[in-house]
Amino acid sequence: MSKSVSSNPDQPFVQHVVIEPSRPPANLVGPVAWIREHLFGGVFNTSATILIVLFLAWVVPPFLEFVIFDAVWVGTDREACIFNDAHPIVGACWAFIKDRFTFFNYGTYPIPERWRVDVFFGLLAIAIIWMLKLSLPRRDLGAIYSFIILPVISYYLLIGSPVLGLPIVTTNLWGGLLVTVVVSAVGIVVSLPLGILLALGRRSTMPAAQVFSVAFIEFVRGVPLITVLFMASVMLPLFVPREFEPDKLLRALVGVALFASAYMAEVVRAGLQALPKGQYEGAMALGLSYGQMMRLIILPQALKVTIPNIVSNYIGLFKDTTLVVIVGLFDFLRTIETARIDPIWAAPTVSPTGYVYAAIFYFIFCFAMSSYARTIEQRLSKADKR
Amino acid sequence: MKKWVATAALAAGAVMVASMASAGTLDTVKSKGQVVCGHGQGLAGFALPDAQGVWRGLDSDVCRALAAAIFNDPNKVKVVPLTSKDRFTALQSGEIDILSRNTTWTLSREASLGLEFAGINYYDGQGFMVRKSLKLASAKELSGASVCVQQGTTTELNLADFFRANKLELKSVTFATNDETTKAYDAGRCDALTTDASGLYSERLRLAKPDDHVVLPEIISKEPLGPSVRKGDDQWLDVVKWTQFVLITAEELGVTQANVDAMLKSENPEIKRLLGTEGKFGESLGLSNDWAYRIIKHVGNYGESFERNVGQGSPLKIARGLNALWNKGGLQYAPPIR
Repeated sequence: MSKSVSSNPDQPFVQHVVIEPSRPPANLVGPVAWIREHLFGGVFNTSATILIVLFLAWVVPPFLEFVIFDAVWVGTDREACIFNDAHPIVGACWAFIKDRFTFFNYGTYPIPERWRVDVFFGLLAIAIIWMLKLSLPRRDLGAIYSFIILPVISYYLLIGSPVLGLPIVTTNLWGGLLVTVVVSAVGIVVSLPLGILLALGRRSTMPAAQVFSVAFIEFVRGVPLITVLFMASVMLPLFVPREFEPDKLLRALVGVALFASAYMAEVVRAGLQALPKGQYEGAMALGLSYGQMMRLIILPQALKVTIPNIVSNYIGLFKDTTLVVIVGLFDFLRTIETARIDPIWAAPTVSPTGYVYAAIFYFIFCFAMSSYARTIEQRLSKADKR
Repeated sequence: MKKWVATAALAAGAVMVASMASAGTLDTVKSKGQVVCGHGQGLAGFALPDAQGVWRGLDSDVCRALAAAIFNDPNKVKVVPLTSKDRFTALQSGEIDILSRNTTWTLSREASLGLEFAGINYYDGQGFMVRKSLKLASAKELSGASVCVQQGTTTELNLADFFRANKLELKSVTFATNDETTKAYDAGRCDALTTDASGLYSERLRLAKPDDHVVLPEIISKEPLGPSVRKGDDQWLDVVKWTQFVLITAEELGVTQANVDAMLKSENPEIKRLLGTEGKFGESLGLSNDWAYRIIKHVGNYGESFERNVGQGSPLKIARGLNALWNKGGLQYAPPIR
């Protein structure tokens, strides 16, 4: 230490080198300190921690035992999963899920044609990645592919076209994951642009547009989705001649899409109203037209604010797709419901296993959506944090 | 079972549609190249998609038999899954040609919903399941027993009626859903479980120890299940009706899927008329004369269909009971083909 002290006798007390900061006291850093501060800081915090740990100790081990350790992984029928002397405790019957896996994915889609569904899933995956991964090149082409080319290809791929040598597969045969994905994809893709239009219409000064938008939004939000689906499937066929009656799946698609749009409109409107009036006035002062103002100034900001709500709308929509079961469509959940009552697999744990599988499935999809939304939010909010 | 709201709404529609649905269904079916068949959303043993997504069951076999009779191909069936709410509309509107969906034949349905039942392919009815350890032989010994039942159903009503009529003491324990009811029974909340007999057999498989439980012989209500068609098309009604009679007649005469080819050479006049080697019975229905041969060849007779789907050949193992042939103590009876 003596080296750092100046040798100049006139300035004996001037330090030449920066003294290394001393380490904070050991009880304020490191994992131990973190635990002490965050988990056991104070009476309330400590008791909450202990209760939560006890709760987890109570819930998690039996769950893991059921789902993993006592689970049955192989088998061809109920014999594998029933209680008997050989295995008195039986957990989840994953053999059942394995046996019915293709049914959950395709429903009753004809077996020789199922590759078409696989191709559709592949094309959809390309579209999703192209649109969502911001670092990928030519995302303008991606948009054309996703919103114009893909829907057309998918239509002919899934329905079939005798001209192209693809046998027709009517929608009553569709089922499982395919129906869930088609219904939610159409709902998600249609609802945002339609919702934006409705929201702009509602705030518009043109009376016709405004009245229409308000009437549509309020009417749709005023009736439950189930009612709309039910009316479309039960009453419509009685009033429309057989030849003009829309396909059952199409009816559900239209119902779900219009529904989602009305809710989306309100979400977008909230974003529009959150913007200070100065943004509008500034845009107008620059001489921008209405379209330019909306496209360049207002909507980018409004949509940014509403991303959390838009995504939670999407998540709600994804889960609402299970309601199409009431018009007799076999969505993902319904295929599980159907398979679990098959006497070939009748065993005490088959139904819980089916529901656990459904829960995992829906969780993965919804969690992926909300995680993606979070990363986008963080990217967009960088400006605000500066 | 009772869907009064739907009934009221549909009655009006029925009148309206019944008048326009008069173009021959058989001709429409032939030109479409397939029978459009309404099923439920899955009921064990009656109509349920298997692992490959093919519909199987007693109700499915009715449609397969029809397709076999008309097209000589049991797979020319288009299945439309229907909920209990939209099943009658689908039939009235012409969306389906035949409703084969464990539907009970009742007067009000036939009189006001614009449909006509074409026979009974399964005599169902409410029954009881108890633990074997109780050593009960009859439901009449159930006095004082607690019975698990789904609330708000005709089942609950029938239960109370049965106990009152037999002067038994009833302690019913009700639950909102079928699953809950079965679970409670399995957990020992009650001594007996009651629902339609066919349901009891499939619920039994779901219990922790199925072999410890037994279904009592009493059937306390009438639930005759059968396929139905639109009113006002007698030719189509006849085709569906006689397709079912062929299945029963074949069992009665001992004609099976396996021996039907050998039976073509039979000298028995009844078999000759059935298989079309004598007479022109198929043609009089608007079908070909070997229609019955096709049905048996592709689907088998009623007994085979029963055992395969709900009987000893299936996990359900339902006894024939009321569904045995008339000459074996059951109710299944077919008028003669002549």
